[in-house]
Amino acid sequence: MNRQRPGPPEPVASSPAARAEFGRRLARRNRQESRFRLAGLCAVLAGLAFLAFFFLTLIGNAYTAFAQTHILLDVELSAAAIDPEGTRNRQTLGRADYQGLIRNALRQQFPAVTRRGDLRQLFALVSPGAGFDLRKQVLANPGLIGQKQRFWLAADDDVDMLIKGHMNRSAPESQRRINDRQLAWIEQLEAAGRIERQFNHRFFISGDSRDPEMSGIRSAVAGSFYMLLVTLALSFPLGVATAIYLEEFAPKNRWTDLVEVNINNLAAVPSIVFGLLGLALFINLFGLPRSVPLVGGLVLTLMTLPVVIIAARAALTSVPPSIREAALGVGASKMQAIFHHVMPLALPGMLTGTIIGMARALGESAPLLMIGMVAFIVDVPESPLDPSAALPVQIYLWADSPERAFVERTSAAILVLLAFLLVMNAGAILLRKRYEKHG
Amino acid sequence: MKSMDNGGLVFDGGGLNVTEGAKRAAGALIGNLRAYESSRLSNVIEEAHHTAGDYTAVNAIMRARNVDVFYGDNHAIKSVNLDVGANEVISLIGPSGCGKSTFIRCLNRMNDTIESARVEGEIVLDGENIYSREADVVLLRARVGMVFQKPNPFPKSVYDNVAYGPRIHGLAPDRQALDQIVQSSLERAGLWAEVKDRLHYPGTGLSGGQQQRLCIARAIAVGPEVILMDEPCSALDPIATAHIEDLIDELKKNFAIVIVTHSMQQARRVSQRTAYFHLGRLIEVGATSQVFSEPRRKLTEDYITGRFG
Ligand SMILES: Nc1ncnc2c1ncn2[C@@H]1O[C@H](COP(=O)(O)OP(=O)(O)OP(=O)(O)O)[C@@H](O)[C@H]1O
Ligand SMILES: [Mg+2]
Repeated sequence: MNRQRPGPPEPVASSPAARAEFGRRLARRNRQESRFRLAGLCAVLAGLAFLAFFFLTLIGNAYTAFAQTHILLDVELSAAAIDPEGTRNRQTLGRADYQGLIRNALRQQFPAVTRRGDLRQLFALVSPGAGFDLRKQVLANPGLIGQKQRFWLAADDDVDMLIKGHMNRSAPESQRRINDRQLAWIEQLEAAGRIERQFNHRFFISGDSRDPEMSGIRSAVAGSFYMLLVTLALSFPLGVATAIYLEEFAPKNRWTDLVEVNINNLAAVPSIVFGLLGLALFINLFGLPRSVPLVGGLVLTLMTLPVVIIAARAALTSVPPSIREAALGVGASKMQAIFHHVMPLALPGMLTGTIIGMARALGESAPLLMIGMVAFIVDVPESPLDPSAALPVQIYLWADSPERAFVERTSAAILVLLAFLLVMNAGAILLRKRYEKHG
Repeated sequence: MKSMDNGGLVFDGGGLNVTEGAKRAAGALIGNLRAYESSRLSNVIEEAHHTAGDYTAVNAIMRARNVDVFYGDNHAIKSVNLDVGANEVISLIGPSGCGKSTFIRCLNRMNDTIESARVEGEIVLDGENIYSREADVVLLRARVGMVFQKPNPFPKSVYDNVAYGPRIHGLAPDRQALDQIVQSSLERAGLWAEVKDRLHYPGTGLSGGQQQRLCIARAIAVGPEVILMDEPCSALDPIATAHIEDLIDELKKNFAIVIVTHSMQQARRVSQRTAYFHLGRLIEVGATSQVFSEPRRKLTEDYITGRFG
């Protein structure tokens, strides 16, 4: 009961002993701190090392995809074969057998090859899609008809792999996809300077194809772009409006609590479930077409909305109440206080949340599989209502393909996807900076 | 009362061997004590029920009658009657938590923003109850402006800070008129000379005292009739405080001012009337000189002589 209360502590520097004791404690504290710093530094370095390894292997795999082996052939664009009636009608020009012209050019290049089987192997050196390229050039310039012209034509993917060194020339014939005769022809062409690696523009301007050398990411990029457009146009306004309503206007009762719990739960629902929902709702119930970016965008909107709402609400609550009071104090209505003063301050946070949600949506493939975006689409979509691929799904499809040449394309497509993510994040940072300065 | 309950605990202590008789005697003693305590308290409450002094003003612009405020179950303001006269400064003083801020925020319905707050009674501005159904809170806040404890300029330019109110209320037909309003408001707030060259710099870049004067300029830019100030100088140094006090003196020519303050000196210096609050009740109100020189209530005297609060 009668405990004596302890007096104030002795001053730290009261005696040499106390000072020494204090010095020891201080040294221990400093040691702890530097240990912690070291651990943090190690963690960061390890993270950077993994990142560097990831990027190096990825780029190492991907960079060859940006070049494509081409074969120089002298193609006789005979008027008889292309435009027998001389009308220069585009439809007639379009229907001609350009692949046949290329075959003739190959035959002229190698006159010694005459047997049917050998010829088939010879023709296989050039991509089956090379005729389309030739056609495009002729259609663009009908004046070429009747002339003999030199064209760089895309080589077949097997030749491409050989030239890029992904195939071992000295390996036994049975372990190569290029046989000894083909190898001899290729070496002849190389000696004649008729084989060259050129920039692979097709990778950026064409859609998917069964032939790796003809395939590109244009369709997938366009599809992803339209999807993100739909997602952004829907999820940002809807999400922000929902957040504002819930945060500022909704009465706090059991119903709004329920809504809130559900939104938080939705943010954690596996994305494939949203794909199933989209399939049932948009395709089966509303009858929207399959494999189109519009539906993809709607599904991704469902997935992104909770993230946007949560981020927007957090951004709204982080605005100091004094700003609201200031606005209300001069007679602003609640709406005005929110839209003139709270929103501008909350916008950077809202944008960041939205862009993070969009970045997640961009990389999402599972829900798109459910709504048929996994279909093999060659054409580049021109509107959100055309069937199209999507970048992550394209990556998945290519990674699943047996051809060796799709390996490098898979990596290249991943690089493109990462580049988009980088651009989006940089955009987010720029927007934040702008708003923080002007806010 | 609470301490009595605790006192009872001593006798229930299991470790002590207390006889039945002793327990009963103790119980009786506690009962007596309680009766005494509550009678004493009720005297105090009885005494505090009506406000000492005259709560009306000759030239009243606002009249609060039987105002009660509840935060949930917390009865924060208990039947307060008080007038605010035109062209006067009335200061509200009292210990922390007595309800000064709560009361002043009733005058422009700032309490509406607090979910749990409930206001009863009537507050009349120009013959109209501001809490009636027809009353428009936006108009009310334009007529009864407010300056807060912490300077809270908008994170916009000095100009936009002042121009915001006139803009949303459509007070300026064109740019020139708006410029005019901004300039005269800043002049009246005694800030024009300091900011006229940096009207388009952020208002948040000013010093604390300048920010508070900017907030005052912002409040007077919409042409209010009453300005409410809740401890406007508590975040300022003595020089900035003196500046604001001079300003208040100047402003009372055009506005009625209600100011909450913790500084007796400030109340003395700036106000003509003083109202003393205690535990949600208005204990005493009167001319400032009278309240400070000869308070009618013991509580008031204790507070202004610094015995508590
Ligand atoms: N937002 C609120 N929610 C619930 N109770 C509140 C709220 N604001 C104030 N109160 C309560 O109301 C009572 C009066 O508070 P008020 O802020 O009006 O006191 P005050 O006189 O302004 O004090 P101070 O001098 O410290 O500013 C206190 O008991 C307080 O706890
Ligand atoms: Mg207060």
